[in-house]
Amino acid sequence: MRWQIKEKPPYQNALDRVLGWGRKYSIFMYPFVTACCGMEYMSVATAHYDIDRFGAGLPRFSPRQADVLMMVGTLNHKLSPVLLRIWEQMAEPKWCISFGACASVGGPYDNYAVVQGIDRIVPVDIYLPGCPPRPETVIDGLMKLQDKIQNQKQELFWKSKNRDV
Amino acid sequence: MTSEELINHIIERFPEAGLECLVDKGQAAANVPVEQLEEFLKVMKDTPEFGFDLFMDITAVDWLERKPRFDVVYHLYSTEHNHRLRIKVGVKEDQQVPSSALLWMVANPMEREVWDMYGIKFTGHPNLKRILLYEEFKGFPLRKDYPYNKQQPLLEDTWPVRDSQERMDERGIHRP
Ligand code: SF4
Repeated sequence: MRWQIKEKPPYQNALDRVLGWGRKYSIFMYPFVTACCGMEYMSVATAHYDIDRFGAGLPRFSPRQADVLMMVGTLNHKLSPVLLRIWEQMAEPKWCISFGACASVGGPYDNYAVVQGIDRIVPVDIYLPGCPPRPETVIDGLMKLQDKIQNQKQELFWKSKNRDV
Repeated sequence: MTSEELINHIIERFPEAGLECLVDKGQAAANVPVEQLEEFLKVMKDTPEFGFDLFMDITAVDWLERKPRFDVVYHLYSTEHNHRLRIKVGVKEDQQVPSSALLWMVANPMEREVWDMYGIKFTGHPNLKRILLYEEFKGFPLRKDYPYNKQQPLLEDTWPVRDSQERMDERGIHRP
């Protein structure tokens, strides 16, 4: 089921809208690449598809500097504590994209090793279908994420629940 | 050496032993009883005419209803003579196999993998513990009686799907 934004949430004030506009054009991704979907991620990151148009051109290879966790590929049970730890290291506001069938639902693997969807470990904002997703799918998902960021209630650091953590 | 010559050499070297040597699918193959395995591998490695210096692979097969239940399969290669040998060892469920980790260093991680996946113990192995799976894992996943999709998660479902729905509500995103 595709999520849709029906109308602007009534409680989004001017500050939320300004912050949302700023945040949606400065997406810093943390690519957590474990499997073959990584190839497609790399092709998306090249100049040909130019995701710099969406302000997402600079992947940060440290979770502490990133806004969006991109889980690219298959996640094993052995690796799942690592993913959770990386998610917890990221500073709010943060979002998560599940890239490909494996990350979303376990993909072709229904066996002893593979986590059946990373939403058992971290909350996911965007699921990208496909094995692997085409670059167009990725760009579509990125634009959906931008919509989502623009129209959400913004997290403010002085009101954050995890402020002291 | 061709496969036939290799087989003839092995039969000459072990005339009275309970080996079964043949050329199977174009490759020399030997069925060796577990009791003789240690000596057999030693000879294969140290005798110059065999000279198997490369330990290519060790794996196992679970036949479930057959007795003995497992086959442990070795693949050896000689870089000097350019010949290969496949060794099969029938192993009962509670039987232990002599380790070859002291003959070929590379057998060490491979035997740990066989232990990890099939639960076959190797006597004399210096560090026999799980290599691919985690220590908390119960059972051996490549055995035929392990349910194919039984999972043993390391983490509780910390953020179930319900939770991301809550986050969506918090942010004012509505599903149609
Ligand atoms: S979804 Fe397909 S391409 Fe992507 S990691 Fe899984 S198997 Fe590989």
